[in-house]
Amino acid sequence: MENIKVLLVDDEAELVETLAERLVIRDIPADWATGAEEALYKADRNPYDIAVLDVKMPGISGIALKKLMEQKNPLMKFIFMTGHGSEADFKAGSIEAGSEYYLVKPVNIEDLIKKMNEVISVTGGE
Amino acid sequence: MSLWEKFTSPERDKSMTHPIRSKYLFNYRRIWRTAVLLMGSVALLPLIIITVIDYKVTQNAIESEFLLRTTRIVSNNNRNISFFLTERKSALDYIVHANSFENLAHGDRLSTILIDLKKSFGGGFVDLGLINSSGVQSVYEGPYSLKDKDYHDQEWYRQAVQNGVNVSDVFLGYRNVPHIVIAIKKNMPDGSFFILRAAIDVAPFETLLSNLELAGNGDAFMINHEGILQTNSKFYGKVLDKLPLPVPQYSPKSNVLEGNTKEGKAVVIGYRFIDQSPFILMVVKDKRELMKPWFRTRIKLILFLIFSITVISGVILGTASYMVRKMKIADDRRLGTFHQAEYANKMASIGRLAASVAHEINNPLAIINEKAGLIKDLFVIKNQYAHDEKLMTLVDSILRSVKRTGTITKRLLSFARNLQASIEPVNLKETFQEVLGFMDKEAQFRQIDIILEIDEHIPVFESDRGKLQQIFLNLINNAFAAVNNSGRIEIKAKMEENGFISIVVADNGCGIPENDLKKIFEPFYSTKTGQGGTGLGLSITYNLTQEIGGKIRVVSELNKGTTFTISIPLEREK
Repeated sequence: MENIKVLLVDDEAELVETLAERLVIRDIPADWATGAEEALYKADRNPYDIAVLDVKMPGISGIALKKLMEQKNPLMKFIFMTGHGSEADFKAGSIEAGSEYYLVKPVNIEDLIKKMNEVISVTGGE
Repeated sequence: MSLWEKFTSPERDKSMTHPIRSKYLFNYRRIWRTAVLLMGSVALLPLIIITVIDYKVTQNAIESEFLLRTTRIVSNNNRNISFFLTERKSALDYIVHANSFENLAHGDRLSTILIDLKKSFGGGFVDLGLINSSGVQSVYEGPYSLKDKDYHDQEWYRQAVQNGVNVSDVFLGYRNVPHIVIAIKKNMPDGSFFILRAAIDVAPFETLLSNLELAGNGDAFMINHEGILQTNSKFYGKVLDKLPLPVPQYSPKSNVLEGNTKEGKAVVIGYRFIDQSPFILMVVKDKRELMKPWFRTRIKLILFLIFSITVISGVILGTASYMVRKMKIADDRRLGTFHQAEYANKMASIGRLAASVAHEINNPLAIINEKAGLIKDLFVIKNQYAHDEKLMTLVDSILRSVKRTGTITKRLLSFARNLQASIEPVNLKETFQEVLGFMDKEAQFRQIDIILEIDEHIPVFESDRGKLQQIFLNLINNAFAAVNNSGRIEIKAKMEENGFISIVVADNGCGIPENDLKKIFEPFYSTKTGQGGTGLGLSITYNLTQEIGGKIRVVSELNKGTTFTISIPLEREK
């Protein structure tokens, strides 16, 4: 996992900051952003392998952000997380990420790492 | 349904006193009463009025008919009797005026005249006599020996002297046989007079009157103005007896009156004062006999009325009850649907609330989670504070609580999501566990033993997960309400051979009385009215089960427990 770079995006700075730090402690390089613009800016400069996106964010949503990031880096993989259980969010997240790559907050860090491993291994053969 | 129920208003079940029902539903009893009253008055009142009018009209018609008939009989016989008397009076008048006293008194002259009269007039004439001005019968022709009898103090003689002619009452006279006397006076040139007297037998009258065919035990006879019978009567005495009925007042025409005999029998009396005679012709009939045809008609009329009233009342009661019952069913359905919609709305609101609460909690919870996680990471991975056991315990405790809170919010979110109707793969065991998750605390608190046995062979199937969850929640809620503390609830599910899953929710609680058992799936039927029960829970459960193509049935024994069994199809109906 050491050669995998992760970008965490959530409007709650405290959450993504801590989560990134926890990943770094586990030797997974992780950056974080609190909005779509910041995320796109960072993605331009860094070749991230995985983006972990909050579905519901003010302004550009996680789903829309995924599409924008894919245009820049078609190889990038995505994991969604949400604190909201509305049917629309759930469906959108499941369809966009595949229901396996969809996490409900509060996220267990072990679950997150497991999902990241899965998402990488699926495309590892490419 | 009993015959009684078919003809009465539906209403007297306890659901009518339900607070929701009585607010929104019609008062069926009042509608039924109004309908019966209106239809009854419109249909029965005219019938009764017409029948009463017809009763009176027919009665009057029959009465006036026999009064008229009686009058006609009296008139006809008056003519006969008048003619009889006038004919004989005229014959005698002619004889007196065509002959002098000497002529009549000479030889067999009177005898010849009597023979001729008898021959010409048939019955009637008995004898003839010539009476001089001193009242002595100087010449007599007839079967009695009445020559030289003195009549000067007899009433008929005085009347004849005074009026010139007289028809007497019936009397016995010297011969002691009832008869009438017709006397004609002739004045002579010397100022003296003589009287020609003929005795008339009453037998012809008797024959005439007794031959009359009279309806209603009729009796025809003659009386004089003092009420003495002049002919024999069938029922009221013999000739010359006093008639036991009042003498009618004079009337120049035939007349009819109604009265009573001394015995109290109602009679109809037709009478006629016969002109130029002392006689009154009377026809007396028994009113009861005359009215007999009317009584028969009356019984038919009354029977017809009773029959009509019975049939009409039956139809009215039956129709009103049928309509009101249909109305009640429609009303129940309408209100049931209305409340189900209301219930669904309420559930949706609860769902939205739950989702928003869960979301609001989730974000700070995620932060706590990560912060605490980081602390732990620092301890474990960085190994800086790993030796400090107390800190480790505290952090672990925070993380456990977060996990617990996370489970609750996830459950809330899942519940909210499931309230929106959608067909999705259902894992029965998971669904039950989710529902039971809501009841965990209560079960622990009340030490209720919950046994969940789901057959491993039941595959994941397509169904409306939200509806299933509501059905299970309602049934398990009911079971919780039914059992005592330390009670037992069993939930078992297994595959049936016909492709249905059979789910049993059984408790060992208070049970349901047999009377209530038939009605528990009806809307608004609640035994918990006043204790927060709406009476909708099982009705909604029933409808939800039907909506997903399933069936629900219940078996219960008082104080032993209740078992609900639901069958749901594995394959969804397309």
